[in-house]
Amino acid sequence: MAGLLTGSIYGLMCVGLALIFGVMRVINFAQGDFMMLGMYAAYYAAGLLGLEALFGRLGGPYVGILLAVPLLYLFGYLVHALLISRVSGTRTAALEGEGHYAQLILTLGIALVLTNGAQMIFGSVMAALRTPLTTAAWQIPLGVEISVFLNKSRTIAALVSVASILLISLFINRTRLGRLLRASADNALAATYMGIDVNRAHRIAFALGVAITALAGGLLATNYPFHPFVGLEYVIVMYAGVVLGGMGSIIGAFWGGLTIGLVQQLSTLVLPTQLQNSAIFVVFLLIIFLRPQGFFGRSAERT
Amino acid sequence: MSGRRSLYAMLGFVLAYALAAALVRNSYYQLMLTLVLVWACFGLGWNVLSGYTGLVSFGHAAFFGLGAYTTALGQAHFGWTPYVLIPIAAVLGGISGLAIGLPTFRLRGHYFALAMLAYPLALLYVFEWLGYQEVSLPMMRDNPLAYMQFSDNRAYTFIALGMLLGAMLLTRWVERNRFGMALLSIKQNEAAAEAAGINTYAWKLKAIALSGAIAAAVGAFYAVVLLVVTPVSVFGMLVSAQALVVTMFGGVGTVWGAVIGSAILIPVAEILHSELGSKLPGIQGVIYGAAVVTIILVAPEGLYWKVRDKLTRGRPADAPGFSPEHVPLKVPERPAVSDEVILEVRGLSKNFGGLKAVDDVSFKVRQGMILGIIGPNGAGKTTAFNLLNGFIAPSAGDVLLDGRSIRGLQPHQVCELGVGRTFQIMRPFMRMSVADNVVVGAYVRAASDAQARRLAGEAIERVGLSAVAQRVASQLTSKELRLMELARALAGQPRLLLLDETLAGLGQAESEEVLAVLRGLAAEDKTIVIIEHTMHLMVRLVDRFLVLDHGRVLAEGGPEEIIKNASVVEAYLGKKWSAKNA
Repeated sequence: MAGLLTGSIYGLMCVGLALIFGVMRVINFAQGDFMMLGMYAAYYAAGLLGLEALFGRLGGPYVGILLAVPLLYLFGYLVHALLISRVSGTRTAALEGEGHYAQLILTLGIALVLTNGAQMIFGSVMAALRTPLTTAAWQIPLGVEISVFLNKSRTIAALVSVASILLISLFINRTRLGRLLRASADNALAATYMGIDVNRAHRIAFALGVAITALAGGLLATNYPFHPFVGLEYVIVMYAGVVLGGMGSIIGAFWGGLTIGLVQQLSTLVLPTQLQNSAIFVVFLLIIFLRPQGFFGRSAERT
Repeated sequence: MSGRRSLYAMLGFVLAYALAAALVRNSYYQLMLTLVLVWACFGLGWNVLSGYTGLVSFGHAAFFGLGAYTTALGQAHFGWTPYVLIPIAAVLGGISGLAIGLPTFRLRGHYFALAMLAYPLALLYVFEWLGYQEVSLPMMRDNPLAYMQFSDNRAYTFIALGMLLGAMLLTRWVERNRFGMALLSIKQNEAAAEAAGINTYAWKLKAIALSGAIAAAVGAFYAVVLLVVTPVSVFGMLVSAQALVVTMFGGVGTVWGAVIGSAILIPVAEILHSELGSKLPGIQGVIYGAAVVTIILVAPEGLYWKVRDKLTRGRPADAPGFSPEHVPLKVPERPAVSDEVILEVRGLSKNFGGLKAVDDVSFKVRQGMILGIIGPNGAGKTTAFNLLNGFIAPSAGDVLLDGRSIRGLQPHQVCELGVGRTFQIMRPFMRMSVADNVVVGAYVRAASDAQARRLAGEAIERVGLSAVAQRVASQLTSKELRLMELARALAGQPRLLLLDETLAGLGQAESEEVLAVLRGLAAEDKTIVIIEHTMHLMVRLVDRFLVLDHGRVLAEGGPEEIIKNASVVEAYLGKKWSAKNA
């Protein structure tokens, strides 16, 4: 159960990354750090702006998380406009290896700046977004003797995640902007010829991806304490989830993240805790080898 | 850079560095000088695989860490000396390179990069679980020299310098023989390399073994220098990133890239850390990251290439190499087509899901003939070629070359048997010179590099490109590119050539030139199968036509027969037209 709850937050994270990867084909190493920023943004929004006084100890943190989302959207938008767009999208033609080298090293650089900048500004002490629900649980009886404890804040986080995913998939599939993103993802060149501003589509996708991951980060922060280096841990979880779900498939990424959460929790039953993370990688490698296109991905290669 | 000069530059650099290192007394700076070399060496190891093949590895920490633990554990448990353990680490690195490469090279692009990411991190947790959270190398006070424990830190710098020189020479050697050419061609275009007879899988395995060996040896030495090994310090993400960053910063795919990158970035990071680290923790990372971001925006392929491009831009481009007349105008008489069947295709089919791209196609090609394959777009012509030379496996049917089945062979094996191939969408190695492009195709027949160069030279002359042989492919016209691809296929001395729309995108006059070259080849008893759309040119070239439509053979016969065939006209121009002209 705990696996499912954590998994759905992981799923949301992965969706953020998948949106960026799926539309732009850019491997974004800074995604974990964007999430870390989302955590801190929620933390400070809740703390500094006096939201707790306004919305009470229960509502404050959640309003903080909601505020972090547009903040990170803006941040992602700017990062793309100023940096990423210069080595991606229609600019890649002139670069070696379709710009992959440049994109990798650029996002690595951004990740370094964010992690260490956060350390300078926020300090390396653990922080946590505490709500009264963090330690509360619902008890759900299953039969006579057995009952399941559900941590309240985790359950809320999971519910919010699922709701967000539904909203996102509605947005992608039903709206004009979503269609635009899908067109740019499918074939950037053709989209350009059809008069779509691909760079703008990429910018929106990037910002949205950052915002979604930040939301997941905020939700995660209500359960797990965090620090400036947390990004690195999760970026790997995210990639595992995205690859598992099939690169480029947005809903697939959700299921991928969910699976990773489950695997992580289940592996504690059979493996020593130190090997818990190794289990993720082993599953990750197995999936890559057995089904590189993932659960929902398509492989597209032409000679 | 010419051969001798690059060698002298390396030796000069090493001597200057040794001299500078000898003068430094401060032990902290001495350590820094050593670390610069360590990371440069590690970067070079990474470069052998990722720089040349273009397969980005995020996981070189796996090799580095294995090397480091080899020395740490070997010395702590068995009391062996690093002089033995570093070579052992290199061997282990090579073996683990093969072990990782064997499954992982089935993946491409992003998948490869991400899979590589998982190895060191999985190892990291495994080593933590094994209880090696912190392994120190025991101090050997009785006989420090035998255990690389020097009182003078400069000794480490000299050893590191020796290793770096070794890595540089190794890189230079790779760059200059068929190993490097094969890797570069993989990076530029794997399919074309495979069709040109390069066994891409085998070369990639060799590259990762060498790369892993270098990385492991460096890791082993690193443990000796720092005396303490922890999983995070050798398997961590930052270690893998270090290799990537120094090399990409300095320049990918060159001996100098990693050295330049390391020489700039490592001291900057270290000095910032020691000066400001206590007041502003993380300032080092911020500046480091900002430097990386800046450089990638200003010089996305690394400093080395940026500077080199700047320096060479001043030079005037070589004289416009219009080739006066290398194309033989007078076409020699063609020998008669023999009866010997060289290629036989029997019931060849390929389904993609429900789509029958090629459906029960059979035909024979005789020695010395030119067979034209025509058909509307989507008729399955290119798919048929891909089936013939092994890019895709047929769903049913068989392909016989000289009576022997070549079904299930890899493209490079088909090439070895004497089948050359060009592509509809041109697949030149854009950053390589014409001569280098063509030589890639010659290795399959050449025992030595010199022989390969000679074969390539002959092929270039035959298609009339000698005048532009030293040009970079990206500067050629599309006619020249088509001819270059033809030369690449010819360099492997094929008996059978598969040409996919060689005339596409060419003007009338250009087409004539290419046509003349093709006729010349036929006169030399080469057998040619050509896919083409331009009927009026084809009619003058080919002996026989095979018409495909919707994956099936619609008609087969001589040129006259085919142009009068009503169903062919219909397939091409539609029912209305054929009715009107009937």
